Amino acid sequence: MEVPILKQGRFLIATIQAALSDADLLHLRRALIDKVIQFRSQGVIVDVTALDVMDSFATRTIRDITNMIRLRGADTVIVGIQPEVAFAMVQLGLTMEGVATALDLEEGLSHLQQRANGKT
Amino acid sequence: MSSKRTATQLQRTAAQSTELLQELVAHLRQNRTLLREEWANRITEAQLLTAMTKEELFAEATSVYDNYVEALATGTFEALQSYARNLSERIIPRGVETHEVVGIVLLLRDVLARSLFAKYQGDFTMLNRILDAYEPAANRIANTVAVGFVQERERVIRQQQEAIRELSTPVLQVRERLLILPIIGVIDAQRARQLTEQLLRGIRTNRAKVVVIDITGVAAMDATVANHLVQTVEASRLLGATVIVTGLSPEIAQTIVTIGVDLGKMNTVGDLQGGIEQAERLLGYKVVPVADITSS
Repeated sequence: MEVPILKQGRFLIATIQAALSDADLLHLRRALIDKVIQFRSQGVIVDVTALDVMDSFATRTIRDITNMIRLRGADTVIVGIQPEVAFAMVQLGLTMEGVATALDLEEGLSHLQQRANGKT
Repeated sequence: MSSKRTATQLQRTAAQSTELLQELVAHLRQNRTLLREEWANRITEAQLLTAMTKEELFAEATSVYDNYVEALATGTFEALQSYARNLSERIIPRGVETHEVVGIVLLLRDVLARSLFAKYQGDFTMLNRILDAYEPAANRIANTVAVGFVQERERVIRQQQEAIRELSTPVLQVRERLLILPIIGVIDAQRARQLTEQLLRGIRTNRAKVVVIDITGVAAMDATVANHLVQTVEASRLLGATVIVTGLSPEIAQTIVTIGVDLGKMNTVGDLQGGIEQAERLLGYKVVPVADITSS
């Protein structure tokens, strides 16, 4: 299942639309980094609104994506984690430390905008 | 062959005991006034049911007595059971304790047993047989009333628990994107879970960025609940909201440090006012007196 990655000005938006297999996640990781380099993006938003489960592999991959993109000098925001998913993750100890989170796409964009403005 | 004989014997004994019970019931009905008074006096002496007036006590004693005899006569306990429930319903709100209810039923049993001793004192075998019939029935009655009372009490407790649970903690919006969650009373695991659910949902529907959890009204907290609070804070962060905890009492602060819950990730401020002020700073608000604006 391919995850569409949309370019929106200086930012990239990846919207996960259904549960992903481990291979899909690795593919997403690869594709995101390629696109960040290709478009010289300053920020990435990963939208997980549609996910009703986040397992340890997904969490780790998303954290890895964040760290890799940071190495390219860009920021990543995870948006749209559902309340139930958030609490289940915390109970499993998957707290995604060091990863920026926001309520939804709009929030995520304004967060990235602020970060970008701060840098310039 | 022998087992068959035992069966018929048992039947005979059962029949005999019913007969004896009928005799017993007749005796109790005859001496109703006397025994009832004796019993009421014993209750007063033992200082049971002090929450009731003398007249109430006597009226109640009368109906308990009649129901008691009725249960002995018919051997069915349904009527007694519903009466016990009804009685409990009336007397529990008045502060009647379990030991009092059990006490009065046991007193009645004793009073009746005494009257049997007095009646059959000349005939020891008869007394023995009558007691054989009386005791199991009497014990069962005592049991039924006590269980009825305790069940009613538990029902009341359950009802109240439900009521407390429904006094759910409100999630209040005090400013655009700023929520306050005042927690008052004891938090147990279940309430903590409910709180978390409400808060996370509140963050979503109100699109909150900052949440102030005020626990001034919480007297004590154990390790489970403290950890749950930490989890709530982390889950809120995953939704993109910052949590500020305010009003930790000295006792809770000591407990939390002693049991070694890691509050490092938690943003704590002394009181609710400080919490709201910090939240406003985070949101970019600045509260300035009107005079200062107009003068400048």
